[in-house]
Amino acid sequence: MNTDLRYSPSHWGKNLVLLVFHLLMGVYVALIFYPLFNMVVSSLKTTREIFQNPFGFPRTFQWQNYWVVWVEKGFYRYFGNSLWVTAVSMAFVLLFGSMASYGLSRYSFRLSFLLYLLFLSGIMLPLKAAIIPLFILVKSLGLMDRHLSIILIFIAMGLPSTVFILSGFMKTVPKELEYAARIDGCSDLSIYSRIVMPVSVPALALVTIYNAVPIWNDFFFPLVFIQSDRLKTLPVGLSSFFGQYSTNWSLLFSGLSIAILPMLILYLLMSNYFIRGMTAGAVK
Amino acid sequence: MVLSKDLQKSLWITFFVLPGLVIVALFILLPLFLSLFNSLFSWNQLIRGEWVGFGNFRRIFFTSPYRERFFNALRNNGKWFLVTMLVQNILGLVFGYLLSRRIPGHGFFRRTFFIPVLFSIVAVGFLWGLYLKPNGLVNAFLKLVGLEEYSRAWLGEESIATFSIIAVNIWRWVGFPSLVFLAAIDAIPLDCLEAAYLDGARETQVFSRIVLPLIVPALTVITVLTLIGSLNVFEQIYTMTGLDGSPNYSTDTIGTLFYRTAFGSVDSGNPEIGIGSAIGVVIYLLTFLASAGFIAISRRREVEL
Repeated sequence: MNTDLRYSPSHWGKNLVLLVFHLLMGVYVALIFYPLFNMVVSSLKTTREIFQNPFGFPRTFQWQNYWVVWVEKGFYRYFGNSLWVTAVSMAFVLLFGSMASYGLSRYSFRLSFLLYLLFLSGIMLPLKAAIIPLFILVKSLGLMDRHLSIILIFIAMGLPSTVFILSGFMKTVPKELEYAARIDGCSDLSIYSRIVMPVSVPALALVTIYNAVPIWNDFFFPLVFIQSDRLKTLPVGLSSFFGQYSTNWSLLFSGLSIAILPMLILYLLMSNYFIRGMTAGAVK
Repeated sequence: MVLSKDLQKSLWITFFVLPGLVIVALFILLPLFLSLFNSLFSWNQLIRGEWVGFGNFRRIFFTSPYRERFFNALRNNGKWFLVTMLVQNILGLVFGYLLSRRIPGHGFFRRTFFIPVLFSIVAVGFLWGLYLKPNGLVNAFLKLVGLEEYSRAWLGEESIATFSIIAVNIWRWVGFPSLVFLAAIDAIPLDCLEAAYLDGARETQVFSRIVLPLIVPALTVITVLTLIGSLNVFEQIYTMTGLDGSPNYSTDTIGTLFYRTAFGSVDSGNPEIGIGSAIGVVIYLLTFLASAGFIAISRRREVEL
C-alpha cells in the first residue's frame, strides 16, 4: 500500500493520534517480551530470590532446574508424547482429509453437497460440549487411557477445516491435467497421488499449521481421557506438575520455559508460514 | 471382470470419502446427536434411566442450585464476549489498520503480535497465574513504580478476578484479529483507496466509509469466533482460578460448570449425565443461534466491489 499515513506532515492532529497508537503498540510489544524474559530469568533463580528480587538477575544460575524438570519430572516424556500424538493425528488428518476433499471436489455426484455439509458440520460447533457421549464412546471402545482415544478425536477435529480448505483448493486444479493423465492410462488413485496432491502442497502446508498448533496445545481431551502419567501430553503434564509443585516457583518457571520456548523458537524461524496457516480459516 | 463405468466411479468415490466420513460420523456427528438424546433422560451414573423429556432443561433454568450456578456462569460468559469484543477486537482493528498503512516497524510489530497466539492457553494461564498472585510480578512492578496502593489479589477478589483472566486472554489473542484485519484491509484494491485520497478524503473518512464496509466479512468472522471462544472458555479458568471458578464461583463459566456437572461435583459430587448433556445442548444452541444471527446481520451489510 503506497498511500501512507506518514505522508501528511501538515496534519499535526493525525500525527498525534499516530504517535499515541504507535506508543500503544510499543507497550504491547514490551508486554509480550518482558514476561517471557522474566520467565526465563526466574527459571534460573531460587524460589527465595524470585520473591526477594523479582526483577534482578540470579546470583548463581540454577541450570540444574532444567535437568530436574526435563529428566526427573518427566517432561521429556510429555514432550515426546505430544510429538507422537500430534504427528500421528496430523498424518491421518492430511491423508483422510485430502482423500475426502479429492472425492468431493473432483467427482460430480448427487450426494456430494450433502456429504460436504456433513463434514463441515463440525467446523463451527465445539466438540468439547459433546464430551459426555464421547466419554461413553471411548470407554465402550476400550480406549480409555490410551493415546488412540485422543488421536481419533484429534483426527475428527481436524477433518472439517481440512476438507473445507482443501476441497476449495482442489476445485481450482484444471481438469485438463486430469484428462491428459487419464489418456496416459492413469488410475483415479494415481491421479490423486501423482497429480492433484503435488499441486496442492501449498494448501496442505496451510492445513498442517492450522491444525497442528491447536492439536499440540490441546488440553481438554487429554485431560479427560489420559490418566497415566507416562502417557500425558505436554499441556496436561504441565498442569499436573503445577498441582504437585505449587510452592516451588523456581521449578514452575523452568517447566513453563520448557513448554513455551520450543514453540517460540520454531515460530521465529518460520513466522510468515505460521501467520498464514493460523489465519487460514478466517482469511480467504 | 469388467465393471461398468458408473459402478467404477461410485467405488472410487467411496474409497476416497469413506475413511474420513466414518471418523467424522463416529466422533463428531454421533456424539452431537447423542448429547441431544441423552439430555432427555434421567441418569444414574453412566446408566441411562427413564425418559424425562425436557426435565433436565427445566432443572437448569428453574431449580436451585442449578439455576443459580447456570445463570451465574452464563453472565460471566457474557462478560467475556462483551469485554473481548470491546477491548481485544477494537485494538485488533486499530492495530490491523495501522499495520496496513505500513507504519514504521510494521514488519516487526506484525511478527511480534502473533507470538503469544501460538502458545498453549494452559502455559499462558499458568504463567500469568503466577504473575498475578499477591506476591507475583504484577504487584512487584506496581511497588517498583510507586503505585503500591493499586496492588491487590488480582485473581482472589470477586469483583476483578474475571476481568484479570479476560485481560490475560486478550494478551494472548489480540494478535489474531489484528492480522486477520490486516489481511482483509490489504485485500482492498489500491485504486479504491487512492481515489478516496485524491478526492481529499480525510483518514477517518477513508477508514469509516471505505475500509470498514469492505471488511465486513472479516468483522463477522472475528465476531463469530469471539462468540464461540467466549462460550467455550475453560482452560483459562482451570489454570488461573481452578475448576470451581473461585473465588466463590465469581469466575465460573458454562465450560467449567459443564465439566463439573459431567464429571462430578455440583451438589452431590456425582457426575450428572442428564444435566450435563442438557448444558452441552444449550452450549450448542447458543453457539448455533448466535452465529447464525451475526452472519445474517452482516450479510445485509456486506458490500460487493
